[in-house]
Amino acid sequence: MIKGRVWKFGDDISTDLIAPGRYFHLRNDLVKLAEHVLEDAMEDFAKKVQKGDIIVAGKNFGLGSSREHAPRIIKLAGVSCVIARSFARIFYRNAINIGLPLVVLEEVNEIEQGDELSIDLENGTVENITRGRIYKFEPIPDFMMKILREDGITNYIKKYGDFPEVAD
Amino acid sequence: MGKTMTEKIFSEHIGKDVKAGEIIVSRVDVAMVQDGTGPLTIKEFYNMGFKDVKVEKALLFIDHASPSPRKELSNSQNLMREFSKNTSAYLHDVGEGICHQILVEKYVKPGDVVVGADSHTCTSGALGAFATGMGSTDVAIAFGLGKIWFRVPETIKIIVNGQLNDGVYPKDIILEIMRIIKSDGATYKALEFAGDCIEKMSQDDRFTLCNMAVEAGAKTGMIPADEITKEFLESNNRGKDFRKIYSDPDASYETVLEIDASKLEPLVSMPHQVDNVKTISELEKENIKINQVFIGTCTNGRFNDLEVALRILEKNGKNPDVRLIISPASKDVFQKALKEGIIEKFVELGAVVIPPGCGPCVGIHQGVLGDGERVLSTQNRNFKGRMGNPEAEIFLASPATAAATAVTGKITDPRRFL
Repeated sequence: MIKGRVWKFGDDISTDLIAPGRYFHLRNDLVKLAEHVLEDAMEDFAKKVQKGDIIVAGKNFGLGSSREHAPRIIKLAGVSCVIARSFARIFYRNAINIGLPLVVLEEVNEIEQGDELSIDLENGTVENITRGRIYKFEPIPDFMMKILREDGITNYIKKYGDFPEVAD
Repeated sequence: MGKTMTEKIFSEHIGKDVKAGEIIVSRVDVAMVQDGTGPLTIKEFYNMGFKDVKVEKALLFIDHASPSPRKELSNSQNLMREFSKNTSAYLHDVGEGICHQILVEKYVKPGDVVVGADSHTCTSGALGAFATGMGSTDVAIAFGLGKIWFRVPETIKIIVNGQLNDGVYPKDIILEIMRIIKSDGATYKALEFAGDCIEKMSQDDRFTLCNMAVEAGAKTGMIPADEITKEFLESNNRGKDFRKIYSDPDASYETVLEIDASKLEPLVSMPHQVDNVKTISELEKENIKINQVFIGTCTNGRFNDLEVALRILEKNGKNPDVRLIISPASKDVFQKALKEGIIEKFVELGAVVIPPGCGPCVGIHQGVLGDGERVLSTQNRNFKGRMGNPEAEIFLASPATAAATAVTGKITDPRRFL
């Protein structure tokens, strides 16, 4: 179960907004890069975000570059889950690969900045504790859930050496 | 039911019939990283316990910060040089050009599966390959295992018929597609370009279309490998790599979009999103002053792009208030442009010619904008902050529109200079 307070963002949050190119030189120092996470979308986000907090955004979150640094610094900043109406493909894959849970939810507009949420990834529910509402979402596919349970694909490969549940 | 190009390529690779929607593990023929993503790939590669690469063509490119403007980047680039010495991965170092251009010149064959830790890896799809961008760790697995998992995508077919009018280019076609299907209109899908306009289009121009497939959220952009592909490979001394790849006539498409090329006019993508597209006639009225024009990148930094731009600039001169930056996409393009006298003419016109590479597109160096400044670029992206300054504005257009704009200092219709 994931519990946390909401930070609300709009549509089309690009990886350039999440991990700006002008900090390219910090890519080998993710802790420092995380000090700038999303700063072009919300000033001081990195300073204000608390461990366990949840990002809620509109459509097409994470569009643009393939930089895996983007989900990595969101996770490093303490964010426990990103909920969006939709995700860009590479970002979705990268986030699962580094152990950052994602939820696709249609009703993001009913969630406000500062709301308290409780998320059950296995059963596919988001509870808005502040507003007393429960939403259902399509659970993350089994194969990706397995990667998440290992906290990312690096551990998954270390453990299984391959992709045992997918036929070659 | 017949197969799409994607289904054919994956069926061949795993040795049984696959359909869109299936999750598969496929062998990859080419896997690559660049200096923005490669150092993390190398770290995760060793983290997972791999010792050598298992892909026939495992490639590293130093093109993003090239040559390096900072010591931190110099140090991480050295990790890549070291990796190429300790494994059978091959490194293309500074000065050789942009990964996607070198991939199509030297490596990718029709029918290949290509993965790259760069979102514009889809460019190679114009050779009839399945080429897609992934993250650093995915490519580390591809390096280490020689295979990676895929969800076989559904395909959206885009039929482009008719002839482009003078002053209108393939960049305008892809901007029109962005205007219609938007930045998430093809998420998780493959785009396949077809129609008589595409059949006649040069290979270089085809790369421009496939390059920007990811801007619509697509996993890849593809064009059947045909006689034009064959000629391109032959001109790069790779004629033997050619084979025909195409979708079956009864293949199943998720949707089909038709575009009449003869009805298009030059288009411009406005800040801060690629799908925010306006026509040049709307924009000319607004008198939008431009401080910098950049002609280059994996989208539009090929020889024909430089040629088109020079033709306009040569006759009309460059506005003294515009900084004009030119970057050939690869060393081969650079050398051809040198031999043909194109580079000399650009320098005479007052342009700054920078080495083959990503240049200012990624916001690191070689043309970062000041607060409140505007750039018109031939690149593929204009997100806020993309070119290094969130207080600047980025407009995207064809090399011809870029050149016309460099002549007048404001966004200008290239058809004025035909």
